[in-house]
Amino acid sequence: MQGLASHDAASLDYQSLRFDYKRHPDQDAATPAHHPVVVVGAGPVGLALAIDLAQRQVPVVLLDNDCTLSTGSRAICFAKRTLEVFDRLGCAGRMVDKGVSWNVGRVFFGDEQVYSFDLLPEAGHERPAFINLQQYYVEGYLAERAAELPLIDLRWSNKVVGIEQGADQALLTIETPEGEYRLAAGHVAACDGSRSSLRQLLGLEAKGRVFRDRFLIADVNMDADLPTERRFWFDPPFHPKQSVLLHKQADNMWRVDFQLGWDADPVEERKHENIVPRVRALLDSIGHRGARFDIGWASVYTFACQRMERFRHGRVLFAGDSAHGVSPFGARGANSGVQDADNLAWKLAAVLRGEAPDALLDSYASEREYAADENIRNSTRATDFITPKSEVSRLFRDAVLELSKRHAFARALVNSGRLSVPSTLRESTLNTPDVDAFEGPMVPGAAAADAPLAGADGRAGWLLRELSPPAGAATRFTALVFGDGAEAERSLAALARADVALHIVRVPPGSTGELAARRYDARSGTVYLLRPDQHVCARWRAPTPEAVRAARDRALAKG
Amino acid sequence: MDLITTPNLDAPDDFYEALIEAHQGLSSDQSHAFNARLVLVLANHIGSTAVLRQAFEAAAASR
Repeated sequence: MQGLASHDAASLDYQSLRFDYKRHPDQDAATPAHHPVVVVGAGPVGLALAIDLAQRQVPVVLLDNDCTLSTGSRAICFAKRTLEVFDRLGCAGRMVDKGVSWNVGRVFFGDEQVYSFDLLPEAGHERPAFINLQQYYVEGYLAERAAELPLIDLRWSNKVVGIEQGADQALLTIETPEGEYRLAAGHVAACDGSRSSLRQLLGLEAKGRVFRDRFLIADVNMDADLPTERRFWFDPPFHPKQSVLLHKQADNMWRVDFQLGWDADPVEERKHENIVPRVRALLDSIGHRGARFDIGWASVYTFACQRMERFRHGRVLFAGDSAHGVSPFGARGANSGVQDADNLAWKLAAVLRGEAPDALLDSYASEREYAADENIRNSTRATDFITPKSEVSRLFRDAVLELSKRHAFARALVNSGRLSVPSTLRESTLNTPDVDAFEGPMVPGAAAADAPLAGADGRAGWLLRELSPPAGAATRFTALVFGDGAEAERSLAALARADVALHIVRVPPGSTGELAARRYDARSGTVYLLRPDQHVCARWRAPTPEAVRAARDRALAKG
Repeated sequence: MDLITTPNLDAPDDFYEALIEAHQGLSSDQSHAFNARLVLVLANHIGSTAVLRQAFEAAAASR
């Protein structure tokens, strides 16, 4: 990893990187070495979790069964909220610089545009609605960030092949190129993907709906000068009766996704000579006849919308694809996995430090199960529209598309994927219900919205950047205090008397904080209490010290 | 608001004749497609999901 960090990143081919297996002293220990947290799987979710924990001063062992980053582009759409999490982890800037930012999507029926959307119709957010970036870049940048953190012990070619759970630890058996060894873990985070070995080793299942359809996905390098938009076709002339998705990635690479139907032969369809005519037909049809291209990674996939019944099993916490699966339409796979990590890291850190009871980890499971249901619901709805399951379902789908050509109302029904937004954890037991009246979406459970805000040094900056206190050895919640004058002073005094460790961020009145105040429906004296993952857990017009303390304790699952 | 199940059409016989007339000359498939579009257009006019759910129940009860 030292070697990786010192590479010239601009010329690094992340897809071909190999990470060396290194023998660890734990492999020669007489009794299994004990570690507070072992994270299994160094994909985007496991890496994000490990970085977050290390930044919170929690040492982490991160195991990966392989020695490479993602093969092929795989997850490509990284949502604003994910970038905001990566900002907290210190690596979003590179991703945004390398990735392709986009807000606009267009939907076609036949060769006619029936619908378009702008995911970020308002200004005043640091990060774009989405960037498209090949998963190997995201993993590579996360791995480089992880390499900067001495508390992360990343072990490649370490495959978990056994687990026994005891009362106060889990015992893992790990297979390496030099044989097996055992590790004792206080907690295990299973971030090992949709075919999770930990899930199988524990005899657990993810259940849900499997969709009888096949899709061809391919990375295409081309120089065609196409706009940076998501384009989705239903029944286009170049691929009749099926859907097609075209999306730009970094390095002039494009993602194409052709619906093939259940009867397609996955082996034949993956062959380059069979992909080329499909891409050629697409390019010819959209006015790029003769454009040169070549095909890179390609895959034929099916998918299921499913989840584990519970994301926590004793000392094992499931996060990302191991816990839940969705269709790719909506970009809710990797994005929701990163939100799982975001939710889990601070809770694990607080429990390990004895600041919160074990019950806080139960709230990880319940909050993220709720989020998974929301993602699965949205994903299933999009999939039912794209892949109608019955004749009557297809009849209504086609009726919607036909009407959408002439009638605005039908365009709201066209569903080519409702793209990932952070789940508002409305029903969380960690929330303190409102006692004062507020308008707008920043309800308890919501992920904090960004807005322009001058930093402590007076320079133009962003609200979310100010929310996270510098890494420390203790859990600190953030209090967002709006306005000035007597009301703000009274609220600040109440926070001081609450006698809890708080990171206080003030939003001054006037133009610098105007948008923030509007987004949070704030007046002078309004206080928002934010968890370390930037989700709102309580808010008041004029808090009392007792209310602040009680809300903080509640959000730590105390009592 | 509740689904109106008491007589509400301003000219019931005219409506019924027009409905059948609208299907004249359509194949069975075309008629199904027409009906699907009609349901969507009417659903948008009604607007309320609660009322539409009552309509689904009313339609299902006569199966």
